Amino acid sequence: MSGLGGVRHLYVHLPFCASRCGYCDFVTLVGKAGRHAAYVDALLAELGLERDLLAARLETVYLGGGTPTFTEPEELRRLLASLPPAEEVTVEANPETVTPALARLLREAGVTRVSLGAQSFQPHLLRALERRAGPDDVRRAFYHLRDASFDNVSLDLIYGIPGQSSSDLDRDLEEALALGSEHLSCYELEAKAGTRFMHAHGEELARQAEAMEGYFQRVVETLVGAGYRWYETANFCRAGREARHNLGYWLGHDYVAIGIGAVSTVGKRRWRNEPSLGRYLAALRAGERPPRENESLGPAVKLQERLMLGLRLDEPVSLAAVGGAVNREALARLERLGLVTAGAGGLLLTERGRYLGDAVTAELLV
Amino acid sequence: MSLERIRNFSIVAHIDHGKSTLADRILELTETLTGREMREQVLDSMELERERGITIKAQAVRVLWKGHQLNLIDTPGHVDFTYEVSRALQACEGALLVVDAAQGIEAQTLANAYLAIENDLEIVPVVNKIDLPQADPEGTAAQVAELVGEDPARVIRLSAKTGEGVAAALDAVVERVPPPSGDPLGPARALVFDSSYDQYRGVVAFVRMVDGKFKTRERLRAMAAGTTFEAEELGFFSPVRTPSGTLTAGEVGYVITGLKDVGSLRVGDTITSQARPASEPLPGYKDVKPTVFAGLFPTESDDYPELRDALEKLKLNDASLFYEPETSQALGFGFRCGFLGLLHMEIVRERLEREFDLDLLVTAPNVAYRVWTKGGDEVEVHNPADFPREVERVEEPVIRATTIVPKDYVGSLMELNNERRGRYHHLEYLSEERVLLVYDLPLAEIVYDYYDQLKSRTKGYASFDYDVLGFQEADLVRVDILLAGDPVDALSLIIHRSSSYARGRALVERLRQEIPRQLFDVPVQAAIGSRVIARETIKAKRKDVLAKCYGGDITRKRKLIEKQKKGKKRMKQVGIVEVPQEAFLAVLNLDTEKRG
Repeated sequence: MSGLGGVRHLYVHLPFCASRCGYCDFVTLVGKAGRHAAYVDALLAELGLERDLLAARLETVYLGGGTPTFTEPEELRRLLASLPPAEEVTVEANPETVTPALARLLREAGVTRVSLGAQSFQPHLLRALERRAGPDDVRRAFYHLRDASFDNVSLDLIYGIPGQSSSDLDRDLEEALALGSEHLSCYELEAKAGTRFMHAHGEELARQAEAMEGYFQRVVETLVGAGYRWYETANFCRAGREARHNLGYWLGHDYVAIGIGAVSTVGKRRWRNEPSLGRYLAALRAGERPPRENESLGPAVKLQERLMLGLRLDEPVSLAAVGGAVNREALARLERLGLVTAGAGGLLLTERGRYLGDAVTAELLV
Repeated sequence: MSLERIRNFSIVAHIDHGKSTLADRILELTETLTGREMREQVLDSMELERERGITIKAQAVRVLWKGHQLNLIDTPGHVDFTYEVSRALQACEGALLVVDAAQGIEAQTLANAYLAIENDLEIVPVVNKIDLPQADPEGTAAQVAELVGEDPARVIRLSAKTGEGVAAALDAVVERVPPPSGDPLGPARALVFDSSYDQYRGVVAFVRMVDGKFKTRERLRAMAAGTTFEAEELGFFSPVRTPSGTLTAGEVGYVITGLKDVGSLRVGDTITSQARPASEPLPGYKDVKPTVFAGLFPTESDDYPELRDALEKLKLNDASLFYEPETSQALGFGFRCGFLGLLHMEIVRERLEREFDLDLLVTAPNVAYRVWTKGGDEVEVHNPADFPREVERVEEPVIRATTIVPKDYVGSLMELNNERRGRYHHLEYLSEERVLLVYDLPLAEIVYDYYDQLKSRTKGYASFDYDVLGFQEADLVRVDILLAGDPVDALSLIIHRSSSYARGRALVERLRQEIPRQLFDVPVQAAIGSRVIARETIKAKRKDVLAKCYGGDITRKRKLIEKQKKGKKRMKQVGIVEVPQEAFLAVLNLDTEKRG
């Protein structure tokens, strides 16, 4: 457990975007070019307030958004220069923002890894997602990153998009594989009831629901067949190229997160900064912590989370570590159904078990 | 009061022909209640009765009219409560037979008239609602007169709504209904024709004094039960309980017994005096037998004790309700209940839900079967789960159904009855327009969706009544529903072989739709013995996991899984399959929904 100064993962939230995509449920702000400097000031002020929690040398830093690369380049440079050093520094980027200059800027600022939000390679699907980039932008951005000698690039793909046929899915996977990124994150579109997106596409999605049920398996089989390791429910990598930052979450490490809407977990404390930009800036200008929601994590909850997150991985969770959260009868039943194995190394979901991970976890928990 | 000045009568009528309104008007006219105290349907005190506009419990009220004591016993009108009517009629010497001037004679008019005749009552025929523009008082009077063998001129025409003619009806009761016979000086005998339960004062018996006299504080004895008790209070209804100190031969009133156990004083028993007991009890009522059975289960298994207490309390006021504990693998602990009919079942269910705030699951109703096993034993089966898989012979109850419909609907009615394994008995024109059709039908066919079919196929113009004839042999089979190979006891049903495939298929199809997909394939089967007659498969889920889970998602994700877990806890476990309560409800309501 980490006490004072032990946290080795830092997340920085950069909420600004050129426009908002219909399906997105992150804390984002459109435009506000004039506030970027003030926001970076505030981030650095918050970092100063939480500095004592962090280890001197970090394992990972992750800049997520929003669109971090939409931030004014000077401000982005200033921010990156002021963050503590880390072994892995990831920045999320949207394809249309990645110019050769930006790629160089990131590289020179010590970024080691870029996560590129490709989502799809097909115009009609990108349009459905309300993305600004076209397929060529995605490829171009990827090559700019390679040109700036990034050897650790991840692509984000979304499947289950309204209007996406199974051959559309195959084509997207083919395109992604052709680029040969070190890492792939593949998310099923999570459209929330009551959103504008659902309003526009809900019927279409309902119609496709049954056909799309097999997409996940299709993604896994294709990528594993191409030599990627399915190391987490939605993440695939070449050997040794796991997203170390995210692995920290799944292994139950502590993390400090700064910026609006950002969630930190340190020991049994979890807090979430309120998503309001105005209040965030005002508080930090006054040298105070921003308004937060606090959550206290009891030992039982810690165990539950440890099990829930650990089961997402392709390496076993030690039964000794999470045994208290496991219903043994359910475990025996799930083993019989071929969904879980409980070996010497601990608990591990089978391939089918991983497709049904949430249901299996719900059943396993006491 | 001397016997000569007492008249005991009841009002019988088809539903909605104005019985309760007439009772209200009588209370007003006799100044038993002032106008201000009046509210609609004073005698229907149960919330449910008021709402449905029907009478469920018999009620007895004393009014004074021109120097006479009239005891009016209000009775239920529905076929399910024929037994209650017959009990009430035994306490009377006469009956007002009320017929709606616009509707004419209906099926229950006939049933009630026959019941009154069987009980040797003086029938005073009454045509009501003469104020309605579409009323045909003369035609209706002629019909009623013919039915009861009376001169049409002696049929009373009245409007319970406006009060016109009500006084004439009361005069007719005094003139035509004979005073009660009985021996005022003999050993006391009183017939218990109904009872209610007062939580402070125990069992309150509604009695008709036949011979002798009771005094307050006197020691009394229920002859059949052998129970003794003190008459804590004696009195009559006016319409609220009014203590009178004594009850004498011929009078109708109540006895507060202080008994806490309703079983110690049954309806139909004879109460006598302990000090000077009668040697013979009055002829009792025939033992009423439930005809329709269903399992009642609390949706929350924790509510089982509440359900048991509630049934016990209902039973205090409803002698015809029968129940015994039942355990279902799928639905947990509950009760197998017997009812007088479907309406009775619905009323009990509604009272349990409303007055006792219970959420119930009710299994598909069935009738009682007589089964001869291969071994030659005869058993009576009230629960499909008890139906032997190997039978030699089965008999089911048969009824004689009397339906009155406008002649245009005779064809569709006959079609319905033929579909329901009915046997034509006879047909009779009551008038140029209206036809009386008599069929013998298995009761099980009535229990399954018959009323609603009748209503929709005759556009609501049919009136229906029936008598139980007895039992007859039938080719019946037990259909079991299996989930992943395990039978769901609560869904078994007994059905005629000819409809077993269709029902089995419908049930299986519905379950496939209602049961959420599980982590494995679930075969859903309907089977007769070991022979599968319908099969569907609930395909296993292929995916159930949220793709995205990072630092900011963990709490939400944990809560979603907790919710999923909670959802699972609410499900019933049938073998290895988790079945939501709603799936049982949907399947058990299959009949109801088909009606819509």
